Amino acid sequence: MLPPFFGVLFDGLAYGMLLFVLSVGLSVTLGLMNFVNLAHCAFAMLGGYVTVTLVNEFHWPFLATLPMAFVAAALASVVLERIFYRRLYRASDLDQVLLTIGFAFISVAVAAYIFGTLQQPIQAPEFLRGSSQVLGLSFGNYRLFLIGVAIVVTMLLVAGLEYTRFGAQVRAAVDNQRMARGLGIDVDRTFAATFALGSGLAGLGGALAIEIVGLDPSFAFTYLVYVLIIVSVGGLGSIAGSFAAACLIGVSDIAGKYYAPELGAFLIYLVMVVVLMWKPAGLFGKR
Amino acid sequence: MTTAPTSPQVYLQSLSHWRPVEIAFWLATLLPFFLFPDYLSLASQIAIAALFALSLDLILGYAGVVSLGHAAFFGIGAYTAGIFSKLVWGEPLTGLLVAATLAGAVGYVSSFIIARFRHLTLIMITLGLGLLLHEAANRAHWLTGGSDGLQGVSIWPVLGLFKFDLYGYTAYGYSLAVLFILFLFVRRIINSPFGLALRGIRENWTRMPAIGAASRAHIRKAYTIAAFVAGIAGALLAQTTETVSLESISFQRSADVLVMLVLGGAGRLYGGLVGSVIFMIARDQFSGIAPQYWYFWIGILLVVVVMFLPNGIVGGLSKIAGRWRRK
Amino acid sequence: MTTLALSTKGLQKTFGSLVVARDIDLNLPVGARYALIGPNGAGKTTLINLITGMLQPNAGSILLGDEDITRLEPQARVKRGLARTFQINTLFAGLNPLEAVTLAVCERRGIADRFWQHIAVNKEAIEEAYSILEKLKLGDVCYQTTRELPYGRQRLLEIALALATKPKVLLLDEPAAGVPQEESGDIFEVVAGLSNELTLLFIEHDMHVVFRFATHIIVLVGGGVFTEGTPAQISADPGVREVYLGKRHHG
Repeated sequence: MLPPFFGVLFDGLAYGMLLFVLSVGLSVTLGLMNFVNLAHCAFAMLGGYVTVTLVNEFHWPFLATLPMAFVAAALASVVLERIFYRRLYRASDLDQVLLTIGFAFISVAVAAYIFGTLQQPIQAPEFLRGSSQVLGLSFGNYRLFLIGVAIVVTMLLVAGLEYTRFGAQVRAAVDNQRMARGLGIDVDRTFAATFALGSGLAGLGGALAIEIVGLDPSFAFTYLVYVLIIVSVGGLGSIAGSFAAACLIGVSDIAGKYYAPELGAFLIYLVMVVVLMWKPAGLFGKR
Repeated sequence: MTTAPTSPQVYLQSLSHWRPVEIAFWLATLLPFFLFPDYLSLASQIAIAALFALSLDLILGYAGVVSLGHAAFFGIGAYTAGIFSKLVWGEPLTGLLVAATLAGAVGYVSSFIIARFRHLTLIMITLGLGLLLHEAANRAHWLTGGSDGLQGVSIWPVLGLFKFDLYGYTAYGYSLAVLFILFLFVRRIINSPFGLALRGIRENWTRMPAIGAASRAHIRKAYTIAAFVAGIAGALLAQTTETVSLESISFQRSADVLVMLVLGGAGRLYGGLVGSVIFMIARDQFSGIAPQYWYFWIGILLVVVVMFLPNGIVGGLSKIAGRWRRK
Repeated sequence: MTTLALSTKGLQKTFGSLVVARDIDLNLPVGARYALIGPNGAGKTTLINLITGMLQPNAGSILLGDEDITRLEPQARVKRGLARTFQINTLFAGLNPLEAVTLAVCERRGIADRFWQHIAVNKEAIEEAYSILEKLKLGDVCYQTTRELPYGRQRLLEIALALATKPKVLLLDEPAAGVPQEESGDIFEVVAGLSNELTLLFIEHDMHVVFRFATHIIVLVGGGVFTEGTPAQISADPGVREVYLGKRHHG
């Protein structure tokens, strides 16, 4: 048995890793285009339901459904972006908030209609259940898996940003959009691709979340709050920021629930308000 | 298109003349007494929602401050009025003033935070503060009744004469009267130099300091007034229904009022009023369906309004009226 | 006793390793008609942003008359008599010119926070606004929404808004930028008609305009003052020609 403190820390970090995968896409797209997409967690929910359907109806192995969750969410985001979002890149914050919340509402209703309002359980594969003994301490296997996936994702993202031309374009556009355009970078197309990537990651996060927090139609809003908190606390457009903030929020939330359950969600909101007042652009933000 | 050489002062005065359609609107608000006496309590709820939407319009439609936590002030007003009636006395008008003053004071204090931020940070802070207050209300059982709601609220007759009856005559009359008085107040603000400054802030944030304007001070003032008015709306709810629940300080109420305002058209004085009427009546008619399906239609509505009706229903109607007048 | 309306000493601004303002010293006497020229990207608008307070310098100071305004907020500088226009129209698109200029006048008079008073009550403020608009030939369109005005009129409104603050020093950022030939005459007439007590610094690309209005020219290159002098001196300066090589002159 892990001593409670380490257990809480481990669970908190694993939860934080999940939140990171869910949030990083929104952080980058917000930093890139300042486009407030409150339907972000609806894409996550979509990924989750894709996995549920593939595993429960079609008996796919769990791991194989993960790329499908990613792809489905990415494709859905491309459709939405082409038809609606791209007309609002220069619109007011309010318009973006309203449009994307509208899509979130619609997706929740559709999910409730198709899948009902109860939580959808899936059976995680054998090797991910239970726990492993490492150095005399026992860690939940699924949580280890989560941490592993998040680390891989982080490395791929960082490497992609640093070493690919596309990554360089994204960095330039986040840093200074006008100058990037002036240099001939097609910012709109860069954004569309980044948006698909970010939404795909949200879908992946949604699929991964089923085992930890469960999936039902309210997912799109429940986790939106967490994601928004992480994105604002971490700083728009910063992967490191999202990572740090996700760990902070994940650990705070689990620790809060364990050590001070009367505080409830109070702690998270307080952390956010305090951080934002101290650093309005987020811990790692620039603006 | 040439403009007649009206004196500029007369022109500015004329912008705020009462138009026939406005007079018709307010006369129509008296209809429920005669035509829909069974729906007076709904009418009272609509008047309260309209007042709340009006308060949000002041900061959102005119100053451009996007708040996802405005229900904080509505809730403060509601709980204050309720608790006031239990601890002090049930006289409604003083209760209204006390509730509004407290809501306004909280608005004033928080305005110092609010005015410092913009864009996503501002949205998140308003959301966060609203959620914090909701949690606080939830936890403070001893004061608010927590999730059971505030019990034992009892209100005396308005002006000592109008007892709150079961049919809702007094409730609606009271809410409507308060709505109208505050409407006149907000209308005056809009047509004042301050109202012009708020519109300037919304129209072009960058230009304001360049003409010597202290935008932040203006926003603080607007936010305080909006909190005051929202507090009155909340107090009205507490007094006319003689209960207060966590719903009055919830995110749902913040989101709903935003939808009502946007539906009707923000920054158009009557937008919040029209939007509330439509939203509340629709919600009453469709009260049978499950919440997520109700929000499905709200979602569709939001998408339609943003893509096709950017100035809401009132904006759309005045555009049509403008085109028709030009023919 | 100083006769300098505006001066800067050693103004410096860097963004990381990018130096956009390099040790700039500026001295504008009262009533000056100074032009600020230089190739694109030289930092002319940046300099205006620094002087008006939209950007904070890394080093150096700015003095309006005798007063050090380096730490003052932009609106405080405007209240002390420093106004500017923007190169790209920064107007209140949904207001009409009368409303916009009246707002500026109300802000100047300190009555813009009166929420209990109908705006029409302030006769003097409105009349003042209207007379500014008339002087700038906007009287006949003052009730039209700004976004519906032709571009040239909008540029005039830019200047009207700045004048409504009753400035002592006015910084004009390419006042006729993007305005078609037929309409730019109005703008220059207005500029020419400005009071002699008003100190003017304007950014311009059109050399015709510069030589017509400026008594003194400052050439900015790469964020630093390259040279300055009278129009005669500048036009004869081979260094300036080189800096502008490849630039199209109007005539």
